[in-house]
Amino acid sequence: MIEVSNLTKRFGLKLAVNKLSFTVKKGEVLGFLGPNGAGKSTTMRMVTGYYPPSSGTIEICGISMLGEPEEAKRKIGYLPESAPLYNDMTVKGFLKWMAGVRGLSGSECKEAVARVIETCFLEKVARQSIGTLSKGYRHRTCLAQSLIHDPEVLILDEPTDGLDPNQKREVRKLIKNLGETKAILFSTHILEEVEAACSRAVIVDQGQIVADGTPAELKEDGGGSLETLFANLTTKDTQADQEEAA
Amino acid sequence: MKNVLSIFKREVTSYFTQPTAYAVIVIYLLLVMLLTFTWGGFFERDDASLIESFFVYNPWLFCLFVPAVGMRLWSDEQRNGTIELLGTLPLSTWSAIFGKFAAAGFVWLLALVGTLPIWVSINLLGSPDNLTVFSGYLGSYLVCLSFLAITMLVSAFTRDQVVCLIVSIAICFTMVIIGFDNVTIKLSQVIRGDLLEAIVAAGVWDHFNSLIRGSFRLQDFVWFATVIFCSLLGTSAVLSSRRS
Repeated sequence: MIEVSNLTKRFGLKLAVNKLSFTVKKGEVLGFLGPNGAGKSTTMRMVTGYYPPSSGTIEICGISMLGEPEEAKRKIGYLPESAPLYNDMTVKGFLKWMAGVRGLSGSECKEAVARVIETCFLEKVARQSIGTLSKGYRHRTCLAQSLIHDPEVLILDEPTDGLDPNQKREVRKLIKNLGETKAILFSTHILEEVEAACSRAVIVDQGQIVADGTPAELKEDGGGSLETLFANLTTKDTQADQEEAA
Repeated sequence: MKNVLSIFKREVTSYFTQPTAYAVIVIYLLLVMLLTFTWGGFFERDDASLIESFFVYNPWLFCLFVPAVGMRLWSDEQRNGTIELLGTLPLSTWSAIFGKFAAAGFVWLLALVGTLPIWVSINLLGSPDNLTVFSGYLGSYLVCLSFLAITMLVSAFTRDQVVCLIVSIAICFTMVIIGFDNVTIKLSQVIRGDLLEAIVAAGVWDHFNSLIRGSFRLQDFVWFATVIFCSLLGTSAVLSSRRS
């Protein structure tokens, strides 16, 4: 479903992503772990077609993101990191608009909006202006737009950020359920989320994959702790600063 | 086309759920009516072509008010991060550019429609050449669209709407003032020949004046089309380069 090969991204002299390759199959939830600035969001932005890669290939359901971007984008539902939304729209109005852009109309559109409002627990705020929503509701509204067209591929950049513990648990459960029929790539800083929702995880550091395996395998590599493995394999901020200065 | 329409609908809704469009339209109408019936000498002139009493004030007002409508087009998307959402939807950058441009153009079309009572008045009071009046309206709208396209280009560069507003007003004001008679006379004292002609031709008046007088010259349409097309092309290039 998602096939990424030798993906590289440079911003001027800075190498943000360095020859990254991975695949996510249908029925798989791939957790994307890494410290801040590791290249997780940049990779996701390339996979969703927002950033053009400096080199490498991206295929979504066999469609090249570089060759046929509009077709490939139709297959994807994307939740960006900061959950950006149009503040002047109501939740329902925004979801209707997104459904329209995704090619849904009439009863199909109505059903899709009702489905995602229920899935993401937005009933209370459906008629409210987005600008007046709390962070948690904003995040769930953005998650709802990513599900509106029932995509085959879901890319979620920190989907539980800003949610309370109950909502986090619900979203993890939702990701796990959706992962049974879709290919999901999601990034997180929270290590226990990997065990709760992922069937496989990769750890990214300085734009490269440094570990790849099931949560159980990674835990074993870390001597029974994912946190230990993460600390051993990733560059700490101070270390990165020193390397950059050198 | 469907994608352009989706963006157009969203933008138009956004303009009219916020006070911006109402404020700009109402203030423009108040000022243009005030100018027409005071300095413009609508009744005293006894001139039904509306050239000196109404159309002549439009470029001055547009260079101030058109950027107020266009400043949010891309600046707002960049500030809120929704440009990322837009960039990952199955629509091309050109669809978004055309949709947004058409929506802002629609707001100004409504503003110009709001001045139609003046046209009705001259038809009730006399017998104007309506083709010349139509040409004046067409010229006014083309100036609007040109200033909107320039504002859109500026808004692609910055996420700050205030910066976009100030820079756009400065550019549009320059385009208005360089072809203004008093400025041309001053310029002719220091610059002569082809260079002066080129500078004057880059301004709005050289092309707007012929249209408000009912003269349809191909060169004027080419000038307006070039300004609009180059600005939209520039917008697309800036948005693409910011992503790469």
